[in-house]
Amino acid sequence: MSHKTLDTLVMMANQIARNMMIQGEERALPQISEHIRLYWDPRMRKAIDAHLDAGGEGLDDLARRALTALRDERAAS
Amino acid sequence: MGLIKEIDFGTPASKAVKMVTLTIDGVAVTVPEGTSIMRAAMEMGTAIPKLCATDMLDAFGSCRLCLIEVEGRNGTPASCTTPVAEGIVVHTQTERLKSIRKGVMELYISDHPLDCLTCAANGDCELQDMAGAVGLREVRYGYEGDNHVFAKQGGAANDQWLPKDESNPYFSYDPSKCIVCNRCVRACEEVQGTFALTISGRGFDSRVSPGMSEAFFESECVSCGACVQACPTATLTEKKVIEVGQPEHSVITTCAYCGVGCTFKAEMRGEELVRMVPWKDGKANRGHSCVKGRFAWGYASHRDRITKPMVRDKITDPWRETTWEEAIGRVASEFNRIQDKYGRTAVGGITSSRCTNEETFLVQKLIRAGFGTNNVDTCARVCHSPTGYGLKTTFGTSAGTQDFDSVEDTDVILVIGANPTDGHPVFGSRMKKRLREGARLIVVDPRRIDLVRTPHVKADHHLALRPGTNVAVVTSMAHVIVTEGLADEAFIAERCDLLEYREWAAFVADPRHAPETTQAFTGVPAEELRRAARLYATGGNGAIYYGLGVTEHSQGSTTVMAIANLAMATGNIGRPGVGVNPLRGQNNVQGACDMGSFPHELTGYRHVNDDATRAIFETLWGRPLDKEPGLRIPNMLDAAVDGTFKAIYIQGEDILQSDPNTTHVAAGLEAMECVVVQDLFLNETANYAHVFLPGSTFLEKDGTFTNAERRIQRVRRVMSPKNGYADWEITQLIANALGLGWAYAHPSEIMDEIAYLTPTFTGVSFETLERLGSVQWPCNEEHPEGTPIMHVDRFVRGRGQFVLTEYVPTDERTGARFPLILTTGRILSQYNVGAQTRRTDNSLWHEEDRLEIHPHDAEQRGVNDGEWVKIQSRAGETALRAVVTDRVAPGVVYTTFHHPLTQANVITTDFSDWATNCPEYKVTAVQVSPSNGPTRYQEDYDAFTKQSRRIATAEAAE
Repeated sequence: MSHKTLDTLVMMANQIARNMMIQGEERALPQISEHIRLYWDPRMRKAIDAHLDAGGEGLDDLARRALTALRDERAAS
Repeated sequence: MGLIKEIDFGTPASKAVKMVTLTIDGVAVTVPEGTSIMRAAMEMGTAIPKLCATDMLDAFGSCRLCLIEVEGRNGTPASCTTPVAEGIVVHTQTERLKSIRKGVMELYISDHPLDCLTCAANGDCELQDMAGAVGLREVRYGYEGDNHVFAKQGGAANDQWLPKDESNPYFSYDPSKCIVCNRCVRACEEVQGTFALTISGRGFDSRVSPGMSEAFFESECVSCGACVQACPTATLTEKKVIEVGQPEHSVITTCAYCGVGCTFKAEMRGEELVRMVPWKDGKANRGHSCVKGRFAWGYASHRDRITKPMVRDKITDPWRETTWEEAIGRVASEFNRIQDKYGRTAVGGITSSRCTNEETFLVQKLIRAGFGTNNVDTCARVCHSPTGYGLKTTFGTSAGTQDFDSVEDTDVILVIGANPTDGHPVFGSRMKKRLREGARLIVVDPRRIDLVRTPHVKADHHLALRPGTNVAVVTSMAHVIVTEGLADEAFIAERCDLLEYREWAAFVADPRHAPETTQAFTGVPAEELRRAARLYATGGNGAIYYGLGVTEHSQGSTTVMAIANLAMATGNIGRPGVGVNPLRGQNNVQGACDMGSFPHELTGYRHVNDDATRAIFETLWGRPLDKEPGLRIPNMLDAAVDGTFKAIYIQGEDILQSDPNTTHVAAGLEAMECVVVQDLFLNETANYAHVFLPGSTFLEKDGTFTNAERRIQRVRRVMSPKNGYADWEITQLIANALGLGWAYAHPSEIMDEIAYLTPTFTGVSFETLERLGSVQWPCNEEHPEGTPIMHVDRFVRGRGQFVLTEYVPTDERTGARFPLILTTGRILSQYNVGAQTRRTDNSLWHEEDRLEIHPHDAEQRGVNDGEWVKIQSRAGETALRAVVTDRVAPGVVYTTFHHPLTQANVITTDFSDWATNCPEYKVTAVQVSPSNGPTRYQEDYDAFTKQSRRIATAEAAE
């Protein structure tokens, strides 16, 4: 995974979070997770999970929490 | 199969409901009130002689040939300008009429050349027909007197004579054959709305005059062809008809340029296309055309066209022509090898928005069922993917709500980020017609597009916003509507989710969305915005038309939803004259989306993770489908650079030129082990290809296109494919080389499969299209004849959803290094990457991309009109020539992206829409400085292209 691709994924996740944020956290969090689940290819999700495990540098708070929830949900299933 | 001759009723149809009965030549006929007597007669099959009348134009009453007699009325009125009345008794042929008509014709012919046998209109001349119809046998006046016919008169030059004007590349103007019927002038005004033509002089001196007696090419003429179509003689004639002769048969088909989807008669002589003439029954174009569809089809036989498959091992090698067998075998073995080595998901493909629905469907089927991955995407990614997302979220359907006819009932037109007179010219003309009838106009665009001020059209409000602030502007309009109490509460209560509306209303009412607040960063004066919002909310039927200026932003999807909010809040949904109308860029971009070209969706916009939907496909196709979404185009390229994506099959799409950040696209393509390009020409992407499969044009295959109004229309083959196969056949060859065992014999069988698999298409078949001409989806049991207007009684999703649309500025910021904003667009004569139009004479109108820059910015930088400038962004730099103009605001520069040498996308960045990754073409921070010529990059690229396009000559067969 190149540095550049990871930057793109972080930027994408943050963008989604920033656009969903206005709905309020309670509604935004599941919507961010759902958006990424619906539109990201598995290798992108795997890469962002790995990045999350490594500290998730650059991720906004809301994006980070949504991605964590998504990762945990998958780990549980 | 003969030549389709449309009936000319002489005057337009009346829309009146009340019927009137009259007697014509002893026969009772009932027609709508307001119908002309000429039309009423034609309805019963009686053709009253006429010259200046034609049913595309309003009655004019100048030729004096269509005279009739009405019992109890004096004189011989013109039947074109006399409306029917209850109980009148009309005679179309009496001794008196016969004698008058003969006299009139005699005068016409006395000033007309008698070279009928060698005339290009021979066989298609209304003057000739009328001379025959009135029984003209002699011209008593002779040809010795004043005339416009002969260059010399009695040995001296004839001042009345004018030479032919051959300046337009597609048609010629021969003034000596003009009968001054005014049809061309009226077509230019009424149909096209350009007002390029007039009649100069009076009486015998009257002449058709382009502009101020200029040559056609130098005048304001946009070469739409309406005048040529209207001309009853050989005065205005297609050069191709002059060269070839009259066509002998014709076939109805659909234009392959923009998303308007005009219907044409392809008029043929054998397999040679003589001309394309817009078909009056075409429901998208109603008999009109533009310079692209009407004339720019010569690319189909251009010498650059590749007709044999080619392969090469490395992209630095020259191409080697080969057999279809070897080329297809190479694709199959390479994709198998790569999937064995790198995994199933290391390959993918791109469907084409220029190919047919059937072809697009097969490509995504090949990728999903054959390759076993959902790595399929389409160029809608880079144009209208936010429309799909935004309208599905708010209304429940990923498409526009109206048909084009709807504009005829519109009172207020709101155009946002679209330039219809350039990008969608035929619809632009229909829009202008409505505006001339009195509809009001609001334009939201950073640039002063033609529609803002064009003959007899003036926008009431032009909100010249700063690029990238769409969401703020549209939300501010909502603020005004809500806070000034202009919302349609009854509609909202009945049709929308009320709780969501209340939350949204409170959100937009917040002072931070007030135009007085947002004007600081949008640049739109608050009072102007308030007045525009009031007009949209209260001016009657309000219709929103938008284009890529809405979608190609980091908040493209948000703007689409903000637009949908605006329409719902004002009750402008679900009837003629209103709605939310995306103007789609390419001929079949709507279709490509409908056909399941997106990596997360099967046909009819159903997500791949839906088990029930997948099961239907798996059962029919006999192959397992992946439930995970695949990669989008930009992510495919990222994955290629990362080494996890190795092979791609691209049908009819030039991502290297059309997609943003060219160097990144090139790096992605270069990293792949097998790039397969299927196209008409060696396009820019093919520079990086290993296999080239020659494609076919829309003239060479059967199928369907779906236009911006969801209208599915037939494309019909008029000539054999020069490359040997239609594109769907090539995809089938690949599928079968991979062992899929497909056996489609005709595209109609593919459409049957689409209909079986897709709930909104169950009523669609080639037979339906044959019967109805065209049909707008949804077409199923509920709507057997299709759906011109959507969301009539309820929204597809149930209740309309209001979405909160917060303005989030793009990360692409201007600053000291890059102080200007570059935004991009299109021009009338060229189309997309120009692969087709650049290979026609359309290039005479637009030889190269130019950079528009405001005089203030130009002066600061020492940039002069017509000189080369270098334009730099964070992504790259390129050079082109400048046009200094105040069409753009200070701080904004603008260019088109039709030419590969310009490489406009070297400058555009990786920023994209948050929801769909639609690239942010419309906002790039740049600096502009004077330059001597092309940049080093452009020169290198040009050399690379030449190198890459070499085709090895076959060895001598000894």
